[in-house]
Amino acid sequence: MRVGADRFAFPGFRTLTFLCLFILYAPLLVVTVYSFNDSRSITTWEGFSLRWYVDVFVGPDSAKFKSAAFNSFSIALIAASVATAVATSAALAMVRGGRFKLRTATFGLISLPILVPEIVTAVAILIFFNTIGFTRGYMTILIAHIAFCIPFAYLPISARMQGIEGSFEQAAMDLYATRAQAFRRILLPMMMPGIFAGFLLAFIISLDDFIITNFVKGAGVETLPTAIFGSVKQGIRPNIMAISTMLLAFSTVIVTLSWFISRIDRTK
Amino acid sequence: MAGGAASGGDATSDAYAPARGWLLLPAWLVLGLVVLVPVFLMLVYSFLTKEFRGGVIWEFSLAAYDQFFIDRGLFGDDPPRIEWAYIQIFWRSIWQAGVATLLCLIIGFPTAYFIATRPAQQRNIWVFLITIPYWVNLLIRTVSMRFILRDQGPLNDFLQWVGVIGEPLTIINTNLGVQIGLFYSYLPFMVLPLYAAIERYNFALSEAAADLYAPRHKILTRVVLPAVKPGLIAGCILVFVPSLGSFLAPDLLGGARNFMIGSLIDEQFKGSAGNWPFGAAASMILLTLVLLVLMVLARQQARAARGAG
Repeated sequence: MRVGADRFAFPGFRTLTFLCLFILYAPLLVVTVYSFNDSRSITTWEGFSLRWYVDVFVGPDSAKFKSAAFNSFSIALIAASVATAVATSAALAMVRGGRFKLRTATFGLISLPILVPEIVTAVAILIFFNTIGFTRGYMTILIAHIAFCIPFAYLPISARMQGIEGSFEQAAMDLYATRAQAFRRILLPMMMPGIFAGFLLAFIISLDDFIITNFVKGAGVETLPTAIFGSVKQGIRPNIMAISTMLLAFSTVIVTLSWFISRIDRTK
Repeated sequence: MAGGAASGGDATSDAYAPARGWLLLPAWLVLGLVVLVPVFLMLVYSFLTKEFRGGVIWEFSLAAYDQFFIDRGLFGDDPPRIEWAYIQIFWRSIWQAGVATLLCLIIGFPTAYFIATRPAQQRNIWVFLITIPYWVNLLIRTVSMRFILRDQGPLNDFLQWVGVIGEPLTIINTNLGVQIGLFYSYLPFMVLPLYAAIERYNFALSEAAADLYAPRHKILTRVVLPAVKPGLIAGCILVFVPSLGSFLAPDLLGGARNFMIGSLIDEQFKGSAGNWPFGAAASMILLTLVLLVLMVLARQQARAARGAG
């Protein structure tokens, strides 16, 4: 089908592609390199050192970073798990539930956190918690994260389910499997890569969120992004570059995992 | 096809139809309660009276919208005139988001096209390379940009070393800084949907045009571009909408004098202004703008999809 697509390539486009990748990666690489700088100043290079990584764990700010890391990771884990469960359930209804009246409206509702600018969602959720008199803190961050993680979990999960024909379950039920058995033994295992990819993306989205978290967090409760933002406002220090590099590396690993898992094909 | 895309694709079976109310209940509850209801509350708040240092008094008031649109002078007793200050912030945000979208298109389209014309095996690697920055922490990406663009940063060092400039350029805390930041933040958001569209494009069409002696640039503008228009529109939405409400780029790269809508809203809730109804009103106006853009583009997209299909 792809009859010699090469023939229609434009010579300048290769250069622009490399430029694009250079633009995307150069800043991240520079920060990564400078996080290994053995200098108090962020401007001059004084040789390779791991001192700022040590500083993150035992330095003067380490207590702050540790509690922020605990909050970030525990919130991301819980929010991504709940969001994945909610999204899987919704996907079953949307992809295996036939046509129904509220289908388009429901899809609109699920996509809402992606379509609306994040700062608007942040304002809305802050106002919501304020109205019902919910004290801002760990719980408010967690609830907000569960909500905005749902669409990110939903998209890979529903895409996966769409790729699995209904006939697999039908065949199982023709052989006297119950609906529950067909779900647990046939659909769920085939869905697993999609569910896992959705979970990982939701996890990353939660871990990386700054704007909504910054609005709904209480005084004294920090996540890694809000802690980093607070420090950066006073100037970029080398320990911030070290912690940023670690977070970058972590995100890259998770995204890579999610990428490969979502490509596992169990329908063959 | 357009209707299918807008509603998340068609259902593949109706096996779970009897249980669908129960299955959808958690999603309705969470998103309804934590996103939809709050948006309505935000609308309500924009018509309430502000309380000193944050919060609201539950009394109807048009003060927020009045402050946004009408200038009554310093003591509030001048004849009312149009207040331009906030409209200007909105206008500048729209302008900067538009320029960012255009820049992303200029770099993003050739990239997506190039990737789509690679052999299948290579394509995955290229897409993967674009996917990583797509998901990586936006705060950290913006901080890295601030690090690069500083007066004594690597970019200025490099330009001085090459001899292009004598004195370091000041980019941070200027509109240019914000512009670069927006472009950098959302570039991958342009490439991925464009790639998805070009990858599905049938190059036999280009082949046919070439057989009829169309020059290559004509094939691109007259055959390829119309065929991938839905992807083009999707990419523009994904760059324009978050740019418009962006907070990190103007805050970390623009500073106090280069306000965008996001900074204006943030200041009402987190900053010194502490005027919640005004913040809610500004958010409502932003939301209205975004919904308008989405509606216009969705209609365009439906038309483009009908034309292609």
